[in-house]
Amino acid sequence: MEQTAKIKVRNLFKIFGPHPKKAIKLLEQGLTKEEIFEKTETTIGVQRASFEIYTGEIFVIMGLSGSGKSTMVRMLNRLIEPTSGQVFVDGEDITCMNTEQLVKLRRQKMSMVFQSFALMPHMTVIENAAFGLELDGTDKLTRETRALQALEQVGLEAWAQSRPDELSGGMQQRVGLARGLAVDPDILLMDEAFSALDPLIRTEMQDELLKLQAKAKRTIVFISHDLDEAMRIGDRIAIMEGGRVVQVGSPEEILQNPANDYVRAFFRGVDPTNILTAGDIASDTQVTIPITDGKNPRAGLQRLIKNDRDYAYVLDSNRCFQGIVSTDSLRELFEKDKSQQLIPNAFLEGVVTAKASDSMQDILPEVASHPWPLPILDEEGKYLGAISKNLFLRTLHRNQPEQLAVAEASDGEQ
Amino acid sequence: MNFLNFDKKLIPLDDWVQSFVDWLVFNHRDIFQAIKVPIELCLKGFQWIFTELPPVVVILLFVLVAWRFAGKKIALFSLITLLLVGYLGLWEETMVTLAMVISSVFFCALVGIPLGIMTGRSDRFEVFLRPVLDAMQTIPPFVYLVPVVMLFSIGTVSGILATIVFALPPIVRLTSLGIRQVHPELIEAALAFGATSGQVLRKVQIPLALPSIMAGLNQTLMMALSMVVIAALIGAGGLGNPVVQGLNTLEIGLATIGGLAIVLLAMMLDRITQSFGQR
Repeated sequence: MEQTAKIKVRNLFKIFGPHPKKAIKLLEQGLTKEEIFEKTETTIGVQRASFEIYTGEIFVIMGLSGSGKSTMVRMLNRLIEPTSGQVFVDGEDITCMNTEQLVKLRRQKMSMVFQSFALMPHMTVIENAAFGLELDGTDKLTRETRALQALEQVGLEAWAQSRPDELSGGMQQRVGLARGLAVDPDILLMDEAFSALDPLIRTEMQDELLKLQAKAKRTIVFISHDLDEAMRIGDRIAIMEGGRVVQVGSPEEILQNPANDYVRAFFRGVDPTNILTAGDIASDTQVTIPITDGKNPRAGLQRLIKNDRDYAYVLDSNRCFQGIVSTDSLRELFEKDKSQQLIPNAFLEGVVTAKASDSMQDILPEVASHPWPLPILDEEGKYLGAISKNLFLRTLHRNQPEQLAVAEASDGEQ
Repeated sequence: MNFLNFDKKLIPLDDWVQSFVDWLVFNHRDIFQAIKVPIELCLKGFQWIFTELPPVVVILLFVLVAWRFAGKKIALFSLITLLLVGYLGLWEETMVTLAMVISSVFFCALVGIPLGIMTGRSDRFEVFLRPVLDAMQTIPPFVYLVPVVMLFSIGTVSGILATIVFALPPIVRLTSLGIRQVHPELIEAALAFGATSGQVLRKVQIPLALPSIMAGLNQTLMMALSMVVIAALIGAGGLGNPVVQGLNTLEIGLATIGGLAIVLLAMMLDRITQSFGQR
């Protein structure tokens, strides 16, 4: 993906309370949020946040309640005025905009979906969907056509004339989504948009969002406190703690290299087999043999013995995977007729491969059922490495030192 | 000097007020007379409708409005009420009272709804207006009846002005309440989609406050009706007249039918206007 920054956040602060300047000074002296509150009755909402959101990605801002994530997203469209710092949207600093420019930005570039849906109870579904266009002064016919298109995208065109309170929660949020889509924004801000829905509907809505995103690549900023949700839909995740952005990265990066204990604790309950892919953990430490003309099996056997390995991965000149040979299969080869002593004749039977994008969950049966490490290939069939049972288990262990404890705790809850 | 000697008046506020009103009357009476003009016009209009039109048209008008907005039962009740006041010999007075009450409510809405919106949107304005509203609701009307007469002279228009002072607070308060009750998320959502302050007001706050504003209108109407008798003391005429006259001459019967007509009229108007708010 081409990675140009759509939104750039630079040294952003939000301080609630009577003495914001003093609080920033104290922050710079290294005092904690709590100490500053005690001294000045001033609450740190967001402190020194800097990150970039790329065009066309789903960027999830995650944190517990009170971590400042809702404040953060509201500073991206200035529903909350930042205390200091800059927010650039398409290179323009929105913190310097006057009311008129700000209204234009909100009408044309950004829209928002809310946790509480925030639909207008006195308007019909289609009027709600057309709300942003109505504010922008679009004529009635155009806005109803576009609102209806947006409702079709979320599968609610049949309910256009209903009132929001006649719909279920999930359907109401679809209207909320349609309202956001109808203005055809570059940027969609979603504040805990699915948190109020029950789990089944939530998953459904996440799929819906991913489907919509596959059709029209928007830049989506998604606020969530639900890690599973963040993992499912996020291209990249920013983790916030006490108003600070502690880590930004892809789910895999964060899972494998958590920045601190807070992040690690966050990810403790996560099943890494759903997140990590074969490509993430494959290791290229196995013996590989170039097939060239296939006529030098002896050299291959020597490499195996020298490296003290039982299996070797045979690749062609483009590093495309051909098959697996073992010390035994190579030895058997030498008992055969001289003309038959070609490497392909020593290939083991029943070899399967996995793609780099397969999840650990997907490859588990294959890793378990063969004595040799599972070969992992990229999209073009090139060999990336292999995953042994050992490696698989080590990955599980490294990511979940307390998985058992967590499992027991959740059993206890039920 | 003894600070707690209350035998002597230390603050002659009564004298100050007296001289202030005298000064107003002497120097600026023309301003107050000018204020009367729009009220007089409005009153004349309504009075013409109710007194010049044949009673059957007026009755039909009310029954139709009641039937359209409040249903058959209220329509029937309105019909009986209007027929009854006619048969009691109070048609003329009832119509004058109706014109007066409706004019008062019209001006209360004209002033009260914008004031309510302002108090609903601004905490500072609310802090300023609340004691004023408290005063308007608690000062006995008799206190401001005399200055009103001094400034505006006696008559129906002065009666309406006194009624406006008395009946204004509920519509201001309930409009403000309605505006404040709009969920902050809805306002946030409107702002997020680029609503200007005026659009928030027109497209979100007022439509959602409408039931509360209607309830305020209904309360204002009820209070205006309860001023009818007091207004009659300064020559406002209408249904207050038989009551005041009855009390002065100890004609209990006359006072009773006047009172009965006021109550019936109040119930009729209450039921009809309540149905506006529920729609």
